[in-house]
Amino acid sequence: MHSFTHPGNWLHLDWVLVVVCAWLVIGCAGVAALRRFHFVATVLFPVGACFSVLLMALALSATFAGAEVAVLPLGLPQLPFHLRLDSLSAFFLLLIGGVSAGVSTFAAGYFRKGEGTPPGLICLEYHVFLASIALVVLADDAYVFMVVWETMAFSSFFLVMANHRIPEIRRAGYLYMLVAHIGALGILLCFGLLQANTGDYTFANMRAQHLTPFWGSVAFCLAVFGFGAKAGLLPLHAWLPEAHPAAPSPFSALMSGVMLKIALYGILRVGFDLLQTRIWWWGVLLMAVGLATALFGVVFSTVQVEMKRLLAYSSIENIGLICAGMGLAMLFASHGMQAFSALALTAAMYHMISHAFFKSLLFCSTGAVLHATGERSLGKLGGLIRYMPWVAWPTLIGVLSCAGLPPFGGFVAEWLLLQSFLFTTGLPGAFLDMLVPVMAAMIALIAALSGYTMVKYFGVIFLGQPRDDKLAQAHDAGAWERLGMVWLVTGCVLLGLFPNQMIALIDPLTQLLVHAGLAHTVAENGWLLVPVHMDRASYAPTIFLLGVMATFGATYLLVRKLYHARMRRVPPWDCGHPWQTARMQDSAEGFGQPIRQIFEPFFRMDRHLPTAFDSEPSYKVQVDDPLWHWLYLPVVRLVERVSKVVGLLQQGRIAVYLMYSFVTLIVVLLVVQR
Amino acid sequence: MIALAPQLINLFATLILLLSFAMISQRRIVSLINIFAMQGVALVAASFLLGYATHQTDLYVSGALTLVLKVIFIPWMLHRLIRRLNVRWDVETLINIPTTMLVGIGLVIFAFSLALPVSRLSHSIAGGSLGIALACVLLSFMMMITRSKAVPQVIGFLSMENGLIFAATTVTNGMPMIVEFGIALDVLVGVLILGVFMFQIREKFDSLDIHNLETLKEE
Amino acid sequence: MSALGVLSQLLALVTALLLAPLLTGWVNQWRHWLQNKSAPGLLQPYRMLHKLFKKESLVAEHASSLFRMAPYVVFGCMLLASAIVPTLSTDLPLSPAADAIALVGLFALARVFISLAAMDVGTAFGTLGARREMLVGFLAEPALLMVLFCASMITRSTSLTVIVETLANRDLAIYPSLLLAGVAFTMVSLAENSRVPVDNPDTHLELTMIHEALILEYSARHLALLEWAASLKLFAYSCIGLALFAPWGVAHAQAPLALLLALPVLVFKLAVGGIALALIETLSAKMRIFRVPEFLGTAFLLAVIGLLVNVLLGVG
Repeated sequence: MHSFTHPGNWLHLDWVLVVVCAWLVIGCAGVAALRRFHFVATVLFPVGACFSVLLMALALSATFAGAEVAVLPLGLPQLPFHLRLDSLSAFFLLLIGGVSAGVSTFAAGYFRKGEGTPPGLICLEYHVFLASIALVVLADDAYVFMVVWETMAFSSFFLVMANHRIPEIRRAGYLYMLVAHIGALGILLCFGLLQANTGDYTFANMRAQHLTPFWGSVAFCLAVFGFGAKAGLLPLHAWLPEAHPAAPSPFSALMSGVMLKIALYGILRVGFDLLQTRIWWWGVLLMAVGLATALFGVVFSTVQVEMKRLLAYSSIENIGLICAGMGLAMLFASHGMQAFSALALTAAMYHMISHAFFKSLLFCSTGAVLHATGERSLGKLGGLIRYMPWVAWPTLIGVLSCAGLPPFGGFVAEWLLLQSFLFTTGLPGAFLDMLVPVMAAMIALIAALSGYTMVKYFGVIFLGQPRDDKLAQAHDAGAWERLGMVWLVTGCVLLGLFPNQMIALIDPLTQLLVHAGLAHTVAENGWLLVPVHMDRASYAPTIFLLGVMATFGATYLLVRKLYHARMRRVPPWDCGHPWQTARMQDSAEGFGQPIRQIFEPFFRMDRHLPTAFDSEPSYKVQVDDPLWHWLYLPVVRLVERVSKVVGLLQQGRIAVYLMYSFVTLIVVLLVVQR
Repeated sequence: MIALAPQLINLFATLILLLSFAMISQRRIVSLINIFAMQGVALVAASFLLGYATHQTDLYVSGALTLVLKVIFIPWMLHRLIRRLNVRWDVETLINIPTTMLVGIGLVIFAFSLALPVSRLSHSIAGGSLGIALACVLLSFMMMITRSKAVPQVIGFLSMENGLIFAATTVTNGMPMIVEFGIALDVLVGVLILGVFMFQIREKFDSLDIHNLETLKEE
Repeated sequence: MSALGVLSQLLALVTALLLAPLLTGWVNQWRHWLQNKSAPGLLQPYRMLHKLFKKESLVAEHASSLFRMAPYVVFGCMLLASAIVPTLSTDLPLSPAADAIALVGLFALARVFISLAAMDVGTAFGTLGARREMLVGFLAEPALLMVLFCASMITRSTSLTVIVETLANRDLAIYPSLLLAGVAFTMVSLAENSRVPVDNPDTHLELTMIHEALILEYSARHLALLEWAASLKLFAYSCIGLALFAPWGVAHAQAPLALLLALPVLVFKLAVGGIALALIETLSAKMRIFRVPEFLGTAFLLAVIGLLVNVLLGVG
């Protein structure tokens, strides 16, 4: 134990706890200034953002330090809080700090007066949420893990219900809480299995246990179930498209960008760190679940007509892809191919952090659009690039990154993932050898479809003509919002242009989990990203960007020099059609129609077609999630039936209740007698 | 030339697989028959090449038989049949074509994973193409199931037989001649009977849609 | 990064810029001759580019700067793509910057920008074109990626120069998976370059357009850059096809004099490829737009089967 009196002696862990306490203090300050909106927005949130930046710096320096442990005297008498900061936690702290800095700054400019919950309360919930997320990745025993996990769930529940006067939002919050608790049950059971009857719930003890393959598999499946419920993996995803749109935009950003990743942290921690055995079909299970989730998410996101639902389904898709990468890493690790496992794991981590940045950026932009226009439906937006350039151009970068296009961060992650799939011909087993190229093909398909979705998102909201007249009064984002978005954009761009540095940061993590890392091969090649060998594959994003910009500049100047640059503004040509209205453009639903037609078996559609005899013909289509009807509703009906049967116990007569006690007493006496 | 023989055999095998897949995704009956004839040509070429490389005259005879039957006679007969029946429309399928192709990929993976250990045991010059031949058989079988008109079903049956002959040729260097002749005769008679059958269906129902056959049951 | 490397890179760039419109003109010529029409002349694309550059650009009133920026971005992407594909030599200093996957990403970037630009003007045909282009793209891009993966699995590398060197230097070997990949590649390049049977480049009927609908609103220098970019795309695709399926004749780093031979060989190969393309275009009819996903889906699945055959036969 070290002395607390000299701050110079403090470990990184101690400083992180300082940040956590600071956030809690800010939250309480918010409660003290309950309705002083101006103070909360312009002082408390930016101060929170500063602490996020501090957390980022701490995480950067802690990545290369060794693991640090601490035991806090909080909690119950015999169960203190164990905390541990290792490279896995450091990476996630970096993610949390980086994203929350941008989102807190955005939130400072986001709030308006008189919207549901008082701003001071929101400040408390927000900062408690951040503090509990940071503590989740630091937790080193099951007890503190569950405590902070539940705190995270509760604080996010209150954030989702910030506008609780609207019934749909209440319903979304309820569904969210329900699925989160089903997941928590799974996690609890998993921890129960991991401690293998020793009674000691610390992670250090769990690492030392050696479970039989059967119980290890049960624990792993429970972990995937439990954490998957929080991450939005199929089939426990139904809460995501409801809860993320219901929450105010900065919180959707935080939930989508950070909270979903913390659920995946759980799978990593249990699957790679706490469980010592590696069985090959765990990896295949993760890959299959991940790819099914990703395909489902992207197909549904293409047909959505509301901006935040589209982004929510897109988050489901990205989480599925990250899961597939993690599954591949596990598959390689179970066959002893550590170097390739590190490659796949690096790809998954890279995707995690770039998704965190670009998805938060996109959600923040929907918040700005919502505030400026009051519309969330894509059918009433359009042409906003002219009125809101400060929102549109960062969103363009976010959209390009989400679609996985070079030279941004999303492409590097995808590149690394596809490279790791190409190595799979070394796997023993014919079936695995062949299944994996097919999975690579599916990943390529999913990535291409996400490009389709992103073109729809950006094109329908920001380009074209305004589909509603009052859009002309849309005002651009405020100073805080701009600052937040610029921060997140910088993150996307840096992740795209400097992959070598980021991989050097991920290396300690992969060293910890699979005992191999990419940093060595990557560092040898300077500005080129070379994961394995120069002859095998290489990619240089900076050259790429410079090449495109150089041709851009050269062409621009040459054309002006050799010819001219005259330009005139005229009405659009449109093949000579004389009348042009905004309704002649594609609606959001129309843009997604080809995908709806191709992937028809995936959807459950309710269509109302006009007939020739309608006096006011109308066309309406509603696309629903089939799993809701096939899985959730039957389960709900089953639960209701079972409850009715159990409810028969409640007779209402005192004599009956006394008889229950009497029977129980007799049974206990009989059992004790044996 | 001899050294290239295994690779050429593999090439023909892949060509046969490609043509099987093309048959599944085909919509027009005339092109279907032509692709079937091309598949026969590839099979003949593979048999001749294998015969040349392993110096087995049986394979020459088998190849000649396939040439006469599968490339010349049966396609000619089918063309004549569809001209007389006035069958020219698009093929209709029970499940749509993209789904058919996806199921096809699943069957290909299944066949390949079955065949890998077996082909390692084979001593033939072209043991690796067993998986491909098995995949062709499964794909043709699926074609028979998912088509709702009679002529494509016949072609599916014939193509399945192509796959079986190819499997026998490459793995065990041909079957005993008696078996070959027997199978060839069966196929010939089968097609003739099916031709007569089609006329009968056409006369009774005025259409070659096999859904009409479903009415022939106890009610 | 030797001086010869820089020279061959520059030569490849200049060749691409100058030869691409010629290739388009050649294909047009042959299409006309095969259809018994009189051809416009081999240098017609150059004359058209010159004519377009001289004109004044007319831009729609409410088009944003994205609309004006897109042609330059698309042109830059296509030029970079042509510079990466080994056409004349495998000693290209730029080739480590982007491998096969990055090449596909480059094409995707160009496609996204042009679709966004088409949506920018807000007309019915612009959004129609954008929707159709993304529909073609969402299947063509994975199919192209799978074709490149077939070659990568054989040569154990995704770097295009390494693929060409390995395939050209091996003893004559026949790779069955490349047969399947070749068929898939032909189908994909027909779709991506807007050729019959997917899209008719000569059409003037708006409801049948895919590529033309995207560039409907452009004029003058912007249109010239987009047309040049389309020619460069055809050139790049042809060169990728040649690199994967007919890689002989490309100069290597150790043989600088072979560079002199590489240019005529390339011209010859492209000429043959152009005639084949014109033949395919003449013999096919344009498909309905909703058959296009089936067409491309077949290409995708053929490429995947090519990968599986590779695993099964264990070649390379």
